[in-house]
Amino acid sequence: MKPFSARRGGGAYVSLDQLEARLLANLAAQVAELVRDGSAEPVGPQDPLEVLVGLGEGPVQPPDDPVLQRLLPDAYRDDAEGAAEFRRFTEQGLREGKVRNALTVIESLTAGGMTQDEMQVSDVEVDVDLDADQVQAWLRCLNDIRLSLATRLEITEDDDRRSAIPDNDPAAVLHDIYDWLGFAQETLVQSLGD
Amino acid sequence: MPTELERPELDEITSLDSPWVTLVWNDPVNLMSYVSYVFRSYFGYSTRKADKLMLQVHHDGRAVVSTGSREEMERDVEAMHGYGLWATLQKADT
Repeated sequence: MKPFSARRGGGAYVSLDQLEARLLANLAAQVAELVRDGSAEPVGPQDPLEVLVGLGEGPVQPPDDPVLQRLLPDAYRDDAEGAAEFRRFTEQGLREGKVRNALTVIESLTAGGMTQDEMQVSDVEVDVDLDADQVQAWLRCLNDIRLSLATRLEITEDDDRRSAIPDNDPAAVLHDIYDWLGFAQETLVQSLGD
Repeated sequence: MPTELERPELDEITSLDSPWVTLVWNDPVNLMSYVSYVFRSYFGYSTRKADKLMLQVHHDGRAVVSTGSREEMERDVEAMHGYGLWATLQKADT
């Protein structure tokens, strides 16, 4: 993969090959699906008035899935009540934002010429041309995907454990993807300058 | 000529209205460059200050990144979670 380069007005550009683009779209879709799943779960009996004004719809308990726990962490460490209240009023919006970011990533890949048919062999590069708003969505979504993979891979130290994993281990592939996403995010941040 | 109202010193306001802090915690995933970028773009901090806070998170495991009312800190924490940073709020140590 090539590094991102800067575009005027806070935008960024990169060209990906079809495989890279499809991989990224696939991972973004998985994050969107995970984050969306269960987000509409009602919490006990609902007050019709609260439903009407859009309150009281958010969950109060942290999600069970460890990836979701990492994407939607508790806002208070030693205050369960505070954490529950915060979750009730913010989790829905955070989930919606993450889904929107993932969809933006997929849309910009499609707009850049990503082919949907996996059997179709194409050498045509995918031109990812992002405006400033799309850059924000990409930064956040790349981060969400990396957090998700790291949780599944149980990356808990600041060092890279990839070298300890044999190449034929399926986890090695995920580690390589994780590193690749890190490169993408790093160069995207760098392209924005100080 | 409009008369200027006497304003309390800024530090005084801050100390009275700032019993809460936003903490960002270290994790092995978030890139150092990204964390610094978030501190610059969301809080409007200088590169120097953002880098200093980012390194503090990295080395000490956490850093206070903003101070203010509980409502303001909840807003900051929500924003940090939007960026994927691990943030919490709590009462400032007295």
